[in-house]
Amino acid sequence: MTKKVTEAGSISRRRLLTTASAGAALAASPLGINLLQAQGAPIRIGMSMPQTGGLAGGGKPSLLGIEIWRDDVNAKGGLLGRKVELVVYDDKSSASETPAIYSKLIDVDKVDLLFAPYATVPTAPIMPLVKQRGLLLIGNFSFQVNSKVGHDMWFNNAPWGPADSWAASFLDIGQKAGGKSMALLSADQEFAQNLAKTAREVAGKRSLPVVFDQSYPPNTVEFSSIIRGLKATKPDIVYVASYPPDSAGILRAVNEIGIGGSVKLFGGGMVGLQFGSVMESMGSLLNGVVNYNSWLPEKSMYFDGTKAFFEKYTKRAVEAKVDPLGYYLAPFGYASGQLVEQAIKATNSLDQKGLAKYLRENTHQTIVGPIAFSPDGERKETAVLQAQFRGVTDKNIEQFRSSGKQVILFPDNLKSGELVAPFEAART
Amino acid sequence: MDLLLDAVVTGVLLGCFYGAVSLGLSVSFGLLDVPHVAHPAFLVLASYGVFIINEQYGIDPLIAGLLITPLFFVFGLIAYRLYYETFEKRGSDAGVRGIAFFFGVAFIIEVLIIIQFGVDQRAVTADYIGKSWRIADTRIPYRMLVAFAVAAALTIVLTLYLSRTFMGRAIRAVAQDQEALRLMGANPIRVKQWAFGIATAVLGIAGALLIIVAPVDPTLDRAYIGRTFCVVVMAGLGSMSGTLVAAIILGVAETIVTTMVGASWAPAISFAMLLGVLAVRPQGLFGRRS
Amino acid sequence: MKRSGAAFWIGAAAFLAVAFVMTKVIGNQYPFFAGYVILQFIALAVAWSILGGYAGYVNFGTSAFYGVGVYASVFLVKAFGAPLPVQILTAAAIGALMGFALGLLTLRMQGIFFSIATIALTIIIETVVTNWRYVGGAAGIQIQRPPVTAPFDNYVQLLFFIQAVLVVLAVAISRYIQNSWIGRGLQALKDDELAAECSGVPTLRLKLLACVISGALLCAVGAPGAMYLQYADPSSAFNLNYSVSTLAMSLIGGTAHWIGPVIGAIVLSTTQQLLTVTISSEVNVLVLGVMLVLFVVGAPEGIIGLARRIFHRSNEGRE
Repeated sequence: MTKKVTEAGSISRRRLLTTASAGAALAASPLGINLLQAQGAPIRIGMSMPQTGGLAGGGKPSLLGIEIWRDDVNAKGGLLGRKVELVVYDDKSSASETPAIYSKLIDVDKVDLLFAPYATVPTAPIMPLVKQRGLLLIGNFSFQVNSKVGHDMWFNNAPWGPADSWAASFLDIGQKAGGKSMALLSADQEFAQNLAKTAREVAGKRSLPVVFDQSYPPNTVEFSSIIRGLKATKPDIVYVASYPPDSAGILRAVNEIGIGGSVKLFGGGMVGLQFGSVMESMGSLLNGVVNYNSWLPEKSMYFDGTKAFFEKYTKRAVEAKVDPLGYYLAPFGYASGQLVEQAIKATNSLDQKGLAKYLRENTHQTIVGPIAFSPDGERKETAVLQAQFRGVTDKNIEQFRSSGKQVILFPDNLKSGELVAPFEAART
Repeated sequence: MDLLLDAVVTGVLLGCFYGAVSLGLSVSFGLLDVPHVAHPAFLVLASYGVFIINEQYGIDPLIAGLLITPLFFVFGLIAYRLYYETFEKRGSDAGVRGIAFFFGVAFIIEVLIIIQFGVDQRAVTADYIGKSWRIADTRIPYRMLVAFAVAAALTIVLTLYLSRTFMGRAIRAVAQDQEALRLMGANPIRVKQWAFGIATAVLGIAGALLIIVAPVDPTLDRAYIGRTFCVVVMAGLGSMSGTLVAAIILGVAETIVTTMVGASWAPAISFAMLLGVLAVRPQGLFGRRS
Repeated sequence: MKRSGAAFWIGAAAFLAVAFVMTKVIGNQYPFFAGYVILQFIALAVAWSILGGYAGYVNFGTSAFYGVGVYASVFLVKAFGAPLPVQILTAAAIGALMGFALGLLTLRMQGIFFSIATIALTIIIETVVTNWRYVGGAAGIQIQRPPVTAPFDNYVQLLFFIQAVLVVLAVAISRYIQNSWIGRGLQALKDDELAAECSGVPTLRLKLLACVISGALLCAVGAPGAMYLQYADPSSAFNLNYSVSTLAMSLIGGTAHWIGPVIGAIVLSTTQQLLTVTISSEVNVLVLGVMLVLFVVGAPEGIIGLARRIFHRSNEGRE
């Protein structure tokens, strides 16, 4: 018995050493590859993108938007006379995957530019890394990841703007409609909690009483009892910060249990109601809900190239099996590309500092409208839409392509209608 | 007080739903001792099956669920055969490897769903989804009443089947004493395979319920591993009515915590209850053995 | 026995030396990022096997221990700005306590019931952390690394080396247990707990010991994770992936010998790292599933079982 163990032990030691040296060899080889990178080689943009796990539903259409930009720019002859190439890895929607992926992109693939993955969780761990290396990073719908890190070469493509503007615009609409109290329902997940926090702060500043404040855990099946509890507090404004599966559950429960005549405004931060499949399955349950959005097919939202983009997207989404509408993320993926495209053309180089300086100092025309950045790399002004669902019928995804189904109430320059209140009245 | 009463009613209905999705596991794990962690993955697969039928032909999800049960019965036969040939036949400790095997199966199902349907969440439509029944001031969602009815029906059918039919009694016998059954001239492996088929067939209807109650996405199964095993273990292995009662206790506990303390503490409470039960009464509340 | 002991320590020292030299000669950071993850899984798999392999108590709560390790660090950094060694030691102490609690559970439960209890424990702990606002709660928390200390000139290299030390520590402990009375006792207990008890094996003490050691190591391995990511959120820190991967690695390698989990972890986590940067899609998850099924079906004793079988066969051929 003892003998056997000894033998096995010595074998394994040898194996351990082999592995260690193999690791060293593996590490050395990629340096060789990079010597091959000569002039005229493609410009490579590296990123991770959630393609599996909870964020994949957003990551996939976002990536398709970026790919359409790549194809467009290459059809025009590329940038600086070089083709554009994407290097994309799946981060499985997890924060623990991205540091290694971005290190690979920077140190091994030696990509020329970096895009951030969709959403906050996978982005947060790479912020310090990118700052330390002094690299430009185009954010993709993450929320306030740069507020503590303070990287001056970070530019978020999302329309968020200042942290509190989101809650502020929603509460503005509610207070204008005569709202005097607020209920807050939020998912126990990162994005929703951050939204809820700013909502509490804004309510506090305006001394708007918060009569109900609860968060619920992921994978909650039944919202009936939560909605009953909420209804019992008779709020005027109901601010909901929820995630895709729950958004549907909450709306169903609201329809079944009722929310009471006191409610003038319902919605605000429900993620999921921007996705085609969810909107289709919710159908008429959506009516009356005022929710945030990034892009909608209203007249005011069409800019140079927007229409052409969606024609391409609609075709390609079918075969890629991603969101057939793709309003929420895809055009912003395209806009990320446009941002770097304009910066590279203007500075005529790939120098990261130069590109960052250009992005910071100018206003950029994109298919989602003009974009200008404040010093923290977020939008100077919020372009988060608050829109009310109206006249939506069941089981019809095509209806969402026409204007008037989601009437924009905010911001004022894009407005396409007025709020219908109270909430119950707007549901029929 | 009204809120508390509402919470109890909602909890009972929610519990019935938990019970319905756990009944299959109560057979496969409870009676046959198969550590079937892929049970929720089959459940989600069934939901997608129901989704296609509902989407393509506009057939009511419950009927769609019934339609796919024969298919799932066959899946069950195949899955058990695989499991038996790999583990039980060799006799060595299947425990850990059995779990790992079914985890592998669960991942494979998950990916196949993603490849076929994409990652978006899916829901079905039916007249009883999104509407509710009014009694006095209370409103009860019809879809939860459907869950209640289906859970009750499934429990009754399974209980009757296991106690009244020859095959049912053989299944219960094989759970208690495999050798005795062999002496009686029945092939215990056949019996077990049949039972596993039934456990999986039940998932057809349970899957319909899953997608009726809430939308599904390909990775939803992970959320149900804990919940279903919690119900089955708390009930004590192999009791159908026990499974339903345990599920109802769990549902009521969850909704009362949600109403009184806050929804974010609900999962901690239900699993603390499970730990408590396991520590005090390892054979479960209605267990057949220690 | 003695000669093999010396060989082991020389091997361990050489391994650490190579890890250290790597931090000096390789300028490219990627091997350290990827290597950290691989080393972390080796340490997790070895630590898990002390309880799961030797004693046969399948702990599904690896993610609970890992997550507690991460959040112990987050708390210590936020509250006291504690340095890395303090974080790891504190995490180990907390892990030992958790392990002790787990050990008490084994008093009442065996087999799959124990496994289910560990799942329950994981969900309870995750819920508590999710509701704990001070460490960020569900919203997650960003944390700053302190400046790196000599002899390293990059924090990731430091973390890489520390994780290598943890690997050596875990392997040394696992090897010691395997070769001592503890391992033999655990083996007896795994084969037949009642018989072991009757023949005078102090089963309770052994189980508690295995739980405490395994728990302390699992938590300690999680602790540097906070500094690696510089960010923590409950759904990432308590990810089911840690539990399943650790279990899979141990089984794929084989649990009968301490080298099993090491090999399994190297094979599986290297494959995963490679797939992440090559195929990189849902196929990645598919590979994990297929590997799990193939190995538990085709190689019940894991890679070391396969190797032994081949080794024996060729020996027989020669004679």
